[in-house]
Amino acid sequence: MSTDKNEAQKYLDMDLLRFTTAGSVDDGKSTLIGRLLYDSKSIFDDQMEKIEESSRKKGDEYTNLALLTDGLSAEREQGITIDVAYRYFSTPNRKFIIADTPGHVQYTRNMVTGASTANLAVILVDARNGVIEQTCRHSFIASLLGIKHVVLCVNKMDLVDYSEERFNEIRNEFKTFSSKLDIPDIHYIPISALYGDNVVDKSDNMPWYGGATLLYTLENVQVDSDYNHVDSRFPVQWVTRPQSTEYPDYRGYAGQVAGGVFKPGDEIIALPSGFTSKIDQIQTFEQDEQEAFSPMSITMTLEDDIDISRGDMIAKPDNQPTVGQDIEMMVCWLNKESLDPNGKYAIKHTTKEARCIVKEVKYKVNINTLHRVEGDKEIGLNDIGRIKIRTTKPLFYDSYKRNRKTGSIILIDEYTNETVGAGMIL
Amino acid sequence: MHLYKLNHIRQLESESIHIFREVAAQFENPVLMFSGGKDSITMARLAQKAFWPGNIPFPFLHVDTGHNFDETIEFRDQLMDDLGVELIVAHVQDMIDSGKVKEPKGPNPSRNKLQIPTLLHALEEHGFDAAFGGARRDEEKARAKERFFSHRDEFGQWDPKNQRPELWNLYNGRKNQGEHFRVFPLSNWTEMDVWQYIAAEDIDIPSLYLAHTRDVVEREGTYLAKSQFITLSEEEEYEEKKIRFRTIGDMTCTGAFQSDADTIPQIIEEVASARITERGNRTDDKKAEAAMEERKKQGYF
Repeated sequence: MSTDKNEAQKYLDMDLLRFTTAGSVDDGKSTLIGRLLYDSKSIFDDQMEKIEESSRKKGDEYTNLALLTDGLSAEREQGITIDVAYRYFSTPNRKFIIADTPGHVQYTRNMVTGASTANLAVILVDARNGVIEQTCRHSFIASLLGIKHVVLCVNKMDLVDYSEERFNEIRNEFKTFSSKLDIPDIHYIPISALYGDNVVDKSDNMPWYGGATLLYTLENVQVDSDYNHVDSRFPVQWVTRPQSTEYPDYRGYAGQVAGGVFKPGDEIIALPSGFTSKIDQIQTFEQDEQEAFSPMSITMTLEDDIDISRGDMIAKPDNQPTVGQDIEMMVCWLNKESLDPNGKYAIKHTTKEARCIVKEVKYKVNINTLHRVEGDKEIGLNDIGRIKIRTTKPLFYDSYKRNRKTGSIILIDEYTNETVGAGMIL
Repeated sequence: MHLYKLNHIRQLESESIHIFREVAAQFENPVLMFSGGKDSITMARLAQKAFWPGNIPFPFLHVDTGHNFDETIEFRDQLMDDLGVELIVAHVQDMIDSGKVKEPKGPNPSRNKLQIPTLLHALEEHGFDAAFGGARRDEEKARAKERFFSHRDEFGQWDPKNQRPELWNLYNGRKNQGEHFRVFPLSNWTEMDVWQYIAAEDIDIPSLYLAHTRDVVEREGTYLAKSQFITLSEEEEYEEKKIRFRTIGDMTCTGAFQSDADTIPQIIEEVASARITERGNRTDDKKAEAAMEERKKQGYF
């Protein structure tokens, strides 16, 4: 029994890595994911039987691991991935959530969606083609969405005779390009997803490569420091007022810490009211916590009874977010209807809901070259541009670069209710 | 240096709690779909945590096929008492009696399909605008692309091609009159995560999940429990086996498998070494590869 307990405990000490994979079908992305799942023994027999059967039906010569990650039947018919699909696997020390996104330019919105919650991006290039437009686009999106770790996998090394020279050439090419971006941690790995070289096991075909395999890299990259633990931000999501006999006067503020650290006794300021107080208790279910940090969901009580409601922000008096209604941001457009340059939209920012009017489209970015597009300011589906909005209420925000949670915003069409824009505050 | 580190279970927990609070804040009339299985029991705990020390601010809804394990119902009623939440039971039998649906013919009819109209009827009758479900993306391929906030049109249908993009932790629950949302707080959990959470939190689960001796019949590679709802063919007969269930649903299609795991840590070990998915034992998913997607489009959980 005690060994049972230890075994169970072992699983509880694992940490979590969310990563995104971008690449087209031709890059072997689905094969790579299939390979990771297969070699890490995350594929079950009944799933395997199903793809073996599907492969047979389609007349494939070998069992197509890529079929593991094709979800919807419409996609199966077309043989392409058209939406973000989430996959899960784990190794003894870490759980992984893959946001598997299609790579074509017309699916930029899916890449942006997948990247929005990722700590790391795996970008695939075909060793024969090297760094192409698409590679630049994927890297730009990773950088724009604030991903701090990128693994550039040079795939299909088997088709270039496992050439060290070719690998170095591609690495240098990417280094030059990525110096224009904001990605502090880049890894380069030569792989063959089809044969498994350097994916999970080290390759015998590339003795010249002294680095880590893809899986080892994914297992060991440190992401805890990627969260902002400096600027204390607590968007109030829900006010807990039990009004029960046990808790007659309890008034707690529930939410997910969006940055920094909160401790009992800390002095706080509530926005927009500007009232200050001290934290009395930080609680999770029936338990008092000594501290709360991102991304913990907690409830806090204050020493004073001040008026705070959903959408308000609790911060520290000496470190407050920007409060404002005129906001500049990069926006990725997610809808078939282009951005209306004078349009009004509903917005969501942290736990706050408001409306906004678009004041100005500054420019549109060519996402393949990173250059500004001259003479064209129409922000259509999958476009990325810089815009200025004015909101109906003040927002409490930080730049996206500084804090992904208080720097992100979504735009919603007020008539269709669809989420049409993803904004990153500058 | 002080490390601010949250293990994977606590990260998933925090994400789910955030979703529960977001739904309570954004919707008028949410409900939690409760099946009595381990996933809905886990959801009940998360909901409890999200609003503690307040009560859970929405009722639970059980769509009852009538083909229940006694243990499930006993467990369900006890839990509702403990949580102090209101339970609404939507009976498939009522739908059959009132002529709204017809029971399939044949010696072993499945009421699985009848759950869809029963659920939709209950949602409409009570005016629920958001329904929490315990579905996880790892369960089945068709679920891998499901959103946390899944929009349903006025017919309760899911349109896989027209899902709203979901970015960061910003959830868009805006809708038109008559439409509703399904919300899946456990989207990012795997079967293993659920078991680890049950172990870490010391959550009670129905005894069906633990290995026990029971009369079963082997059918389509899985064991079905002896019950009044199953008609044996001439070649079939009940035999006593030590088994446990990996999922709990309608008795006529929830399969058991042979196991000696009678503690949660042993179950975790077993799940870690399992070679088939948990739904692999459900005969309803076996009918076609795209079975789940079809049922989802019609409004299945």
